[in-house]
Amino acid sequence: MAQWVEACSTDDVDEEDLIRFDHDGRTFAIYQSPDGKFYCTDGLCTHEKVHLSGGLVMDHTVECPKHNGRFDYRTGEAKGAPVCINLATYPVRVDAGKVLVEI
Amino acid sequence: MPTNRDYALLGRDAKRAEEIGLISAEWYHSDVSRTEMKGLMKRSDQPAIRDTMIWIAAFIVTGGLAVYFWPTWWSVPFFLAYGVLYGSSSDSRWHECGHGTAFKTQWMNDAVYQVASFMVMRNPVIWRWSHTRHHTHTIIVGHDPEIIAMRPADLIKLGGAFFGIPDVLAYFPELLRASLGQLPETTRSFIPDSEQPRVFFWARVHLAIYVVVVLLALITWSILPLMLVGLPRMYGAWHMVMTGVMQHLGLAENVLDHRLNSRTVYLNPVSRFLYWNMNYHVEHHMFPMVPYHALPRLHALIKLDLPAPHPGILSAYREIVPAIFRQFQNPDWFVKRELPPTAKPYRPEFHGDLEPGQPTPGINGYPLAAE
Repeated sequence: MAQWVEACSTDDVDEEDLIRFDHDGRTFAIYQSPDGKFYCTDGLCTHEKVHLSGGLVMDHTVECPKHNGRFDYRTGEAKGAPVCINLATYPVRVDAGKVLVEI
Repeated sequence: MPTNRDYALLGRDAKRAEEIGLISAEWYHSDVSRTEMKGLMKRSDQPAIRDTMIWIAAFIVTGGLAVYFWPTWWSVPFFLAYGVLYGSSSDSRWHECGHGTAFKTQWMNDAVYQVASFMVMRNPVIWRWSHTRHHTHTIIVGHDPEIIAMRPADLIKLGGAFFGIPDVLAYFPELLRASLGQLPETTRSFIPDSEQPRVFFWARVHLAIYVVVVLLALITWSILPLMLVGLPRMYGAWHMVMTGVMQHLGLAENVLDHRLNSRTVYLNPVSRFLYWNMNYHVEHHMFPMVPYHALPRLHALIKLDLPAPHPGILSAYREIVPAIFRQFQNPDWFVKRELPPTAKPYRPEFHGDLEPGQPTPGINGYPLAAE
């Protein structure tokens, strides 16, 4: 059953950037978009399971550090080769300076 | 000495590499802070637009003067320059735009990628995926489809590559098969099914262009159209091969550290323009997100963690050519890259503990590969 989990503080993630968040044997990526909103996706690229946390956030796109596969981190949509499978996304809310993710 | 390596994709060594943990393992990365890396990865259209405008202008000037002076001998130097632009610099444009790092704007990457793929005679879909595999499994025997020279090297093929011969001979049969909707199983192994219709589409586009050019040559009864489209991939390929050979040849196979299987070479400014800074090859493999124009900065940042770069092309070839000949005597021989005292060692069981000439770990005791 899904539950809300504290992932990090809002200060932990720069604008237009992401961090890695591990929980219960799984790995996630927490993003802050240029307009100050927070998002969460699976932490591994669907192409070859590389951690997205080393990647580059540009506007609302995250680019995998290994093969430059791109996803829209708001929807998880894969945006072209070499990624063909969408990323899973998770609901996020901010409460008292904390980023909470429903996992 | 015959090799006991099996370079075939899906072959025996491919399975063995999986068994000894080369495929799922983590590769080495030099320490770079997140802040510095974000600065290096930052995308910009400006450098690539500037370089592409110079590139297009160089095509127009050299191609235009070559046609103007055709068929006199005065056209030769212009064709030589045009050929290098077409048959060599197309490779680096294909490469950088394939990574999606040259321009910030993706459609610009895609547009230059398609044009460069045509010039360098690569199916844009097949080669996007093969290059992905090259980055995942760099110089892992049986997994990397872009090992330019296997051990021992095929000197006829390698020499012919300077004139594009093996590439062109491989390209047109592949083009015809793909135009008919056929792909070999080894190629299918690294391209998802969903991408394969795009392979066939672009093969048909390329084929249609070549048909038009050949018809034009027949109608005008002149080789000139082919001198401008197609043949430059042969008479202008030498610079691409000269620089491409320096990337990995002679270095270790089956390691998980790009410092040990890739080579950084300082180049003159003209070659760096043609090659779009891929002479910083260790850096590119370690951090493929960094655009070509930021590679010199990345190099300056991590060079104390890397083997000393070669000061020039001659220095690199003084290492490569003897290595090729030593590998005829013993295919297990390789150039062992010495890390400086300031560098961190990584997974020495795969390389650091191994001396040139010793069998590569995990393939010791193999029977000789079938010819």
